[in-house]
Amino acid sequence: MTGDFLVVGLGDRPLGIPAMRVRKVVRLPAVTRVPGAPAMIAGVMNLRGQLITAIDMRARLGLPPASHGLAPMAIITEHSHHLYALVVDSVGDVVRSRPERQEPPPSTLTATWRQAALFVQRDEALVLVLDVDAILTPPDLARAA
Amino acid sequence: MDELLNDFLSETVESLAAIDEALVRWERNPADRTHLDSIFRLVHTIKGACGFLDLPRLEALAHAAETVLGRVRDGSLEVTAPLVTEILAAIDVIKSMVASLGQTGVEPPGDNAVLITRLERIANGIAVASEETAGDEGVQLQSNQTIRVPLALVERLMDTVSELVLTRNQLLQMARDGRSFETLDLHFQRLSQCITAMQDGVMRTRMQPIGRLWSALPRLARRLAADLGKRIDVEFGGDDVEVDRQMLDLIKDPLAHMLRNAADHGIETPAERIAARKRETGRIRIEASQEGGQIVIVFSDDGRGLDLAALRAKAVDAGLLTEAAAKHLSDAEAARLIFHAGLSTASEVTAISGRGVGMDVVWSNLERIGGSVEVYTLKGIGTRFTLRIPLTLAIISALVAQAGGERFVVPQVAVLELVQIGSDGAQIEFVYDAPVLRLRGALLPLVDLAALLELPAAGQDERFVIVAQAAGFRYGLIVDELFDTEEIVVKPVAPLLSALEAYAGNVVLGDGGVAMILDVGGLASMAGLSASTEVAPPQADAVAAKQSLVLFRTDSPSLLAVPLSQVERIEELPAASLERVGGRILVQYRGALMAVIGLDGPPLLAPDRQPLLVLNDGGSSIGVAIERIEDIVEDTYDLVADPSTGRLGNAVIGGRIAEVIDARHYLGLPATRWERAA
Repeated sequence: MTGDFLVVGLGDRPLGIPAMRVRKVVRLPAVTRVPGAPAMIAGVMNLRGQLITAIDMRARLGLPPASHGLAPMAIITEHSHHLYALVVDSVGDVVRSRPERQEPPPSTLTATWRQAALFVQRDEALVLVLDVDAILTPPDLARAA
Repeated sequence: MDELLNDFLSETVESLAAIDEALVRWERNPADRTHLDSIFRLVHTIKGACGFLDLPRLEALAHAAETVLGRVRDGSLEVTAPLVTEILAAIDVIKSMVASLGQTGVEPPGDNAVLITRLERIANGIAVASEETAGDEGVQLQSNQTIRVPLALVERLMDTVSELVLTRNQLLQMARDGRSFETLDLHFQRLSQCITAMQDGVMRTRMQPIGRLWSALPRLARRLAADLGKRIDVEFGGDDVEVDRQMLDLIKDPLAHMLRNAADHGIETPAERIAARKRETGRIRIEASQEGGQIVIVFSDDGRGLDLAALRAKAVDAGLLTEAAAKHLSDAEAARLIFHAGLSTASEVTAISGRGVGMDVVWSNLERIGGSVEVYTLKGIGTRFTLRIPLTLAIISALVAQAGGERFVVPQVAVLELVQIGSDGAQIEFVYDAPVLRLRGALLPLVDLAALLELPAAGQDERFVIVAQAAGFRYGLIVDELFDTEEIVVKPVAPLLSALEAYAGNVVLGDGGVAMILDVGGLASMAGLSASTEVAPPQADAVAAKQSLVLFRTDSPSLLAVPLSQVERIEELPAASLERVGGRILVQYRGALMAVIGLDGPPLLAPDRQPLLVLNDGGSSIGVAIERIEDIVEDTYDLVADPSTGRLGNAVIGGRIAEVIDARHYLGLPATRWERAA
């Protein structure tokens, strides 16, 4: 069903990624760094011959880096004719979308989170569902020198 | 669906795509029979096939069109604009019927009585009031789900498949026998080569000449000219430049947009042009070429040029810039304003180019595929757009190098030469504090790749300089290691990375690893180098250092040479001491097993004593079977790097022309690597 989302873990918080945007879930293979790239770019990886740009979700969302190096799981998604891997710590289940339990993202969020969030759903836990397109078009990256 | 029908449809779809251009050209120059003949032939063929395939509706229409064209051919009808318009309309309907046939397998119900009547009247010389028939762009043909591939390519692929099967069988045999794997390396090399060849071949089936894009544009220009009351000529160049199909689809729309804009805003009315002492007919030229790792399309018109003042004013009105800032923009920057969404200098928003949505869409379409567009304009003279798109899914030769612990790839077209520096090779010198390399009298500015990309220094003494060709000047890129040249499939970087000047794309290497493709121009720009940073060579001795070289002969017709520094020893060993083991030749040499090779394949061995050149790079040794040593000379040599394996190039040494071999290549072969493990 549209609106359903995959729950992923980043740090200690559960986040949601719209199921329609999830192409694949993989263990992160070796990632080649891109020197000079902004912090949110973890690098580029090869998955079955396809080049995928890996996004360090912690850096993107302003979270501190993981103590053990780059997180192990990645959600493969497509945006604007390119493939991306959203790197997260863990992957959970697909959760049904329940509009009656959904609210817009709280105004207390920082700008970074507000730009990246779609909505919040209150099940047993509070899950913030992310806007994949917004994640992949960070506002400050426009026309960087 | 019926196979005959299928064949008919694919053939016809292709011919129809090519016919628009012929039609427009023919109208421009009715005396030129070649276009008329090809249009006639097409319609005639369609009519014939229809009779055979039982397609009465299409047949009737094709017949009516054929009659008109036939009369033009035999001179009894004159070519007029209304005639061409009706023929175009007929072709459109034929296209839509063919498309419909392709989907359903049967003719759509109904008839084309009105159109046929008009065609018949035209055939009989009765003037027909021109009504623009409905249908805006001309029917868009379904993008074909089949492709045409040169037979030779398919045969090559078949051959490669056979080799793959053979190699697989050999490996299978070895696995079954449980034999020791002496020849495993060799088979794997063969396997890799086959796979690469297949990859290459399959990729090439997707390449199309960019000329296919040109087919729809003349027609569009014709309609625009008619609607706007202007006279416009469109010329093309570089039809043969090959581009991946996907690329073609993606730049089709940007080009159409630009054509609309040029026709609407760029080209003046005939009266204005004459008043400005220009030719009455405006000219638009679209030229494609390949430059390094990019396809370049130059789109130029000889119209009135961009109205920079109006652009500045619009930008201020739209709140994009303050008045002061707008005034301070250079002309080049002001011209770039057209790529901003929402700016349209049309005083009326016409249905043709719309509300300023044209150029910003072009910009973003190009950016999405890793391309770019620049604009150059001169008031009253014209405007020129330069589109650059990466050679996606194209295969280029690239040199694999390493710096700061990371691997990179440099397109071979940008590599002029490779120089080894360090204790054994050339030295880096300093002019003031800028590092330079003395290369045959000239001083080459140097850029340390690891330092530029803020990567850790490898701290090794022996490094390499890639002499690179940037736009209009050369410089040297210092790297830590050089590997081999690979045929790689270029992929554009994600838009998030496209702003990084250092990279022109990324690629999966032969071993599955990922490497960034370096943009030598971008790196130069990052380092602050440009054509103007000339380093004046000092007046002192411009004589390059002399080196000792061993001149020798094998069964090859050329005289060969190798730097003495790469030669460990010159030996002559009894032929009996050379043993054949599992398809290769080994010899016990100084307590270890050493492989003996020929420079161009299996060595030709002498019957009793075999002269050997023992090469060594500080690691293991390899013996090159030779015929005899000719001489050892001291000389300088001027080398042009040659990507062919094993040779550095030809040089004049000791007064004779010799081929200088690259010992590193032979030392790096699998033969030696295996030896080290043993």
